[in-house]
Amino acid sequence: MAYDTFIPVNVVTGFLGSGKTTLLQKLLHSPLLDDTAVLVNEFGEVGLDHHLLETATESTLLMDNGCLCCAIRGDLKDSLRDLFDRRERAEIPAFKRVIIETSGLADPVPIAYTVLAEPVLQHHFRLGNVITTIDAVNGLKQLAEFDEPVKQVAVADRLIITKTDIAEPGQADELRLALQRLNISAPLFDAAVDDLSPQRLITEDIHDPKGKGQEIKHLMSVAEAEADDHTDHKHTSGVTSFALTFDQPLDWTAYGIWMTMLLNHYGDKVLRIKGMLNVLGVATPVLINGVQHVVHPPVHLESWPDADQRSRLVFIVRGMDQARIEASLAAFNGLANTSPVNAGLGRISA
Amino acid sequence: MCGLCGVLGGRGHWTDSTTNPDAFAAQSDPGTPLRERQQRTRIVNQVLGHYGLGLKDWSGNAYILKGNTGKTAIVDNLAQMWAQAETLTGRSFDPLDDDLIADLTGR
Repeated sequence: MAYDTFIPVNVVTGFLGSGKTTLLQKLLHSPLLDDTAVLVNEFGEVGLDHHLLETATESTLLMDNGCLCCAIRGDLKDSLRDLFDRRERAEIPAFKRVIIETSGLADPVPIAYTVLAEPVLQHHFRLGNVITTIDAVNGLKQLAEFDEPVKQVAVADRLIITKTDIAEPGQADELRLALQRLNISAPLFDAAVDDLSPQRLITEDIHDPKGKGQEIKHLMSVAEAEADDHTDHKHTSGVTSFALTFDQPLDWTAYGIWMTMLLNHYGDKVLRIKGMLNVLGVATPVLINGVQHVVHPPVHLESWPDADQRSRLVFIVRGMDQARIEASLAAFNGLANTSPVNAGLGRISA
Repeated sequence: MCGLCGVLGGRGHWTDSTTNPDAFAAQSDPGTPLRERQQRTRIVNQVLGHYGLGLKDWSGNAYILKGNTGKTAIVDNLAQMWAQAETLTGRSFDPLDDDLIADLTGR
């Protein structure tokens, strides 16, 4: 079964009172999300009216290595397995998508790990976009005081600023800048102004044949803007995002060795890696997407979007040095040179 | 199972191009799982050498990680290997370490 036919699981997250349920309520009115099962961790003040609504009580099972991001969320495992069983037995409608609304203090990474690594779920579900809501009135203060919203922003695929209509003048702009420092790769929406279409937020992702092009266009524009921008993007939390561009093709085997070693050592600091790689010997781009220790299977794009065929990698990291990451990847890629199989590969330059 | 080299199939690690054929469909020379494993072992041994370790492919289904003192561990993939390497040596394996990078680049 092709990976893009797996059931996508979207995560709607955001700090307490940031408007997750209000957003979800609006989105679920769209006929596009008719065949969607919704899992919520808690019922908030805003009621959700949906025909396929389930609740789950948060419980986390730590793995032997004690790593927090590589933890199976027991509640989600049970809920998703149960939903899938009932779907297969035709007890409930054959949903085509699942949306999980997390609690305000949730870490989205164990959710991603559960979907991608749980032995049964990984064969039926795939991770879709993570959508994070941030309150324009309290967002900056929350980002400065709590770790949870920083993480929720850093791992997002879409960022929605809410309550801009009741914010003080300038508050939303300041928050927008802070969010861009934390996560340059996620498109930013203003809930009061922008069209929050379910296509742009939910269904268009790198596994969606229709949405893939849009995702890549955004990634390329981010990489391009970053190449010309030499300002310090570090947020007060120590989280920073940057994009690297490589002129020469990357050896996939060397890249895998490098990235697994990087994630083994710095998994808690590498919050997000997204990229479009020019892999040696492969004519089309290979897309990669990782959240801490959790790496999605690579995805192929039918063709290069334009004549520029350089590899681009976007990193969101905590307290790591861009120049050292560049030098390290270049050194590992250079090892493929010395191997008889890939003799003649040029050293990469950033 | 791959008919050419006898490597068991299934949902492999994300680093295996041969278990993600869709992503690498446009490969000019698709190769075999065994050849990819050999290439991986060759490259990773250049890194492990810095720490006094070595890796061998074990019948195309697992890898054997071995230290200079004879300590060994069996691992399925690269992610497991780095964690085991740290356990075997009691050292931390940092890919951004200046000494390692200098060693790998011959500086």
